Amino acid sequence: MNKDDTKKEMKSSPGFNRRSFLKSVGGGVVVLFTTAPSFSLAEESHAVSAAGADSFNAYLRIGDDGRVTCFTGKIEMGQGIVTSLPQMLADELDVAVEMIDMVMGDTDRCPFDRGTWGSLTTRVFGPELRAAGAQARGILLGLASEKLEVPINRLEVRDGVVFDRSSQSRQITYAALTKGQAIASDMKSPAPVKSASQYKVMGKPLARLDAIEKVTGKAVFTADIRLPGMLIARLLRPTAHGATLNGLDTSAAEAIDGVRVVQDGDLVAVLHEKRHVADRALLVLKPDYSVPKSTLTEDNIHEHLMSMAPAGVPITNGGDLDEGERLAADVIEHTYQDAYVAHAPMEPHVALASWEDGKMTVWASTQSPFGLKSQLVSELGLPEDKVRVMTPFVGGGFGGKGSSPQGVQAARLSRITGRPVQVFWTREDEFFWDQYQPASIIKIRSGLTRAGKPAFWDYRVYFAGARGSEQHYDIPHHRTVAHSRGWNAPPGSHPFATGAWRGPGASSNVFAREQHIDIMAAKAGIDPLEFRLQNCSDPKYIGVLKAAADRFGWKPAAGPSGRGVGVACGIDADTVVASMAEVEVDPKSGQIGVKRVVCAQDMGQVVNPAGATLQMEGCIAMGMGYALTEEQRFRGGEILDLNFHSYGLPLFSTQPHIETILIDSADPEPHGGGEPAIINMGAVIANAVFDATGIRLFELPMTPKRVKEALLNRV
Amino acid sequence: MKKLVQFTLNGKPVKLDTEADQSLLWFLRDDLELTGTKYGCGAGVCGACTVLVDGTAQRACLLDVQSIANRKVTTIEGLAEGDKLHPVQQAFVENDALQCGYCTPGMILSAVSLLAENPNASEADIIDGLDDNLCRCGAHKRIVKAVRSVALDSKA
Repeated sequence: MNKDDTKKEMKSSPGFNRRSFLKSVGGGVVVLFTTAPSFSLAEESHAVSAAGADSFNAYLRIGDDGRVTCFTGKIEMGQGIVTSLPQMLADELDVAVEMIDMVMGDTDRCPFDRGTWGSLTTRVFGPELRAAGAQARGILLGLASEKLEVPINRLEVRDGVVFDRSSQSRQITYAALTKGQAIASDMKSPAPVKSASQYKVMGKPLARLDAIEKVTGKAVFTADIRLPGMLIARLLRPTAHGATLNGLDTSAAEAIDGVRVVQDGDLVAVLHEKRHVADRALLVLKPDYSVPKSTLTEDNIHEHLMSMAPAGVPITNGGDLDEGERLAADVIEHTYQDAYVAHAPMEPHVALASWEDGKMTVWASTQSPFGLKSQLVSELGLPEDKVRVMTPFVGGGFGGKGSSPQGVQAARLSRITGRPVQVFWTREDEFFWDQYQPASIIKIRSGLTRAGKPAFWDYRVYFAGARGSEQHYDIPHHRTVAHSRGWNAPPGSHPFATGAWRGPGASSNVFAREQHIDIMAAKAGIDPLEFRLQNCSDPKYIGVLKAAADRFGWKPAAGPSGRGVGVACGIDADTVVASMAEVEVDPKSGQIGVKRVVCAQDMGQVVNPAGATLQMEGCIAMGMGYALTEEQRFRGGEILDLNFHSYGLPLFSTQPHIETILIDSADPEPHGGGEPAIINMGAVIANAVFDATGIRLFELPMTPKRVKEALLNRV
Repeated sequence: MKKLVQFTLNGKPVKLDTEADQSLLWFLRDDLELTGTKYGCGAGVCGACTVLVDGTAQRACLLDVQSIANRKVTTIEGLAEGDKLHPVQQAFVENDALQCGYCTPGMILSAVSLLAENPNASEADIIDGLDDNLCRCGAHKRIVKAVRSVALDSKA
């Protein structure tokens, strides 16, 4: 390491100073590294943008107690990186996993990070963290070489102890090496990382490191933090989105001892030291709202959306559609629809803000602590170095906590009242202010040749976005067009806010594509698995389809076979995934019972197979909801399903038997794992329902009502 | 209205002057700082706030403080004996039966109550018994497996 390098000032995110960071962490060996902002997928253009291209992205420190601290702007929301990131460092540094401490999502201590979403942590952040580990190991070996007077190439490390291979008694610990040191290294010329054959911890299942805290109630979530003098705020929720507050009678609320009512623009809150008093005060606030007239409901929204559709943007193109039409003996055309689906994390949005000596400190349940910080800076007009966001454990996100308005609400209220303020959304607040998966429409027109081969494919997606819209089959003439990229839509399209929902857009797109492919297979009289294999040459798809078929015990038959089995496949976050399902349909109730789901996934390198499996199972379990039961109902801007009585989350009793397979991949790169296995769930169930009954369900969710209607209309 | 309320909390007698009409959930979380009991819906439909009252699972958000007078309340903080986890907690750890961990305390206490009533609970019994507890991360399969492992152990 070049000492001059360490003295050079690195560019950093505003408000962040490298020297002050080194001072604040104390001595030891510290590695800094940067992530280019280009990793963000176009689909994930969150409202919150990167602070700058040269920001550093994470640090690692080895202290003089030999413990390793990993500082990252990423957060833990159940996806398991609090375990998988230490696994990576353990291998690169040759230390035990237990020696690694994680500091996550603290904007004062961790370097800039855009947010935890898009299944990006392992595939983008992971390799960089490993490189930092390798860098630190190299520095420590250099120090050990001097101390032990042994050339580096004779040194080995085991459990944080460096020793001479030819004379093992010549050894020194990392702790002894870092004592009194203050070495900082950047990642300008990164040291080589280990190869897969050298892994001892990575690639092997490891139980969650946060499990003990979480089963004993000790794990700290944002709402669990208490500050002296803290006030609890309850927010006044409009009766509908788009409503105007004409007047507000606060007299009854203010008559309650200790209650404070704050009205700050559109933010109206009642505050008290006790939650139950604040609850009571909110009930006696008398707002006068006028609600704009709207006839929009979940039943006519798709028609409205089509009338609002923005111009299409080509996503892919190949061959010549006119030529394809000429080749086609059969033309198949269908429209598929998806609904507004809530994130509904078990922990609602919550934040605690403390305004003290001109500095705003906010603890928040957020997927983007730095995004919240920049929001606080701009909305409260505060300097960068006077805002700190910290992120304790997050109780589920699924894309819904990329935006964190509750953090800004708490901060505004704290500055106004001069007291620490907790804003903890109720379940009703959560359903009201959620940024829903957008309702969407997908239109597909395709052709089959006389020989039963795909002739052309013409695909248009409206409002779901382009993610997952591309088809992966060998179709000579094809076009995919997206009307809206991502979940953003022209104003007036959606009656309330929409946002990124786990694998944004992909579940809607795969539902349409994989059903349409199935329809083509049935039309051609070919088994749906066979049809896919015949018309796809990508080895990853072939690999996952065959692996799923093996485990499932797939027996070829053209649909509908009456057995109730289905297949679907797709790609998300660069991970290829195939699913098979077995269903039963009760014609009387219209109820779909999913008995079994088998899912095979090729995600390249797998860092923690146990964690990756949990994510797959979680995707399948959660996917049961958007497939069968979850749909927000509304009357204009009024949200009808405000709690779990009527908004149907997946239950224990509706869960299928789940089997997952992680492909031993030929691909050495790690890909995303948090989202892929959810994207097939609508399609695979729809295809299995067709196989059972001969009916096609073109609209999600596949509720008993829709099933009964389709059965009635069955030809 | 403040009132003196006496009850047993995690094995210890408690005598407190408190607003007896507030819900047990906020009383536990805000007054006693036992924050392992989670708010999820406030309407008794998600199970995140489940506690044991005289050994039986109850939704803390639906109970007021008055209703627990002279009864025994166990929260997630009172389940382990020192560092020794309760068998259900241990089974959750061993079976990776959680992700975000927010529904976990309520899930564990519901399972403890279920097993107290039916120590040999079958898989179907467990699915039925936990069906009113919601988990958004989709850890259902692991949770059933964890609870079932405790039921099987009790048989052995």
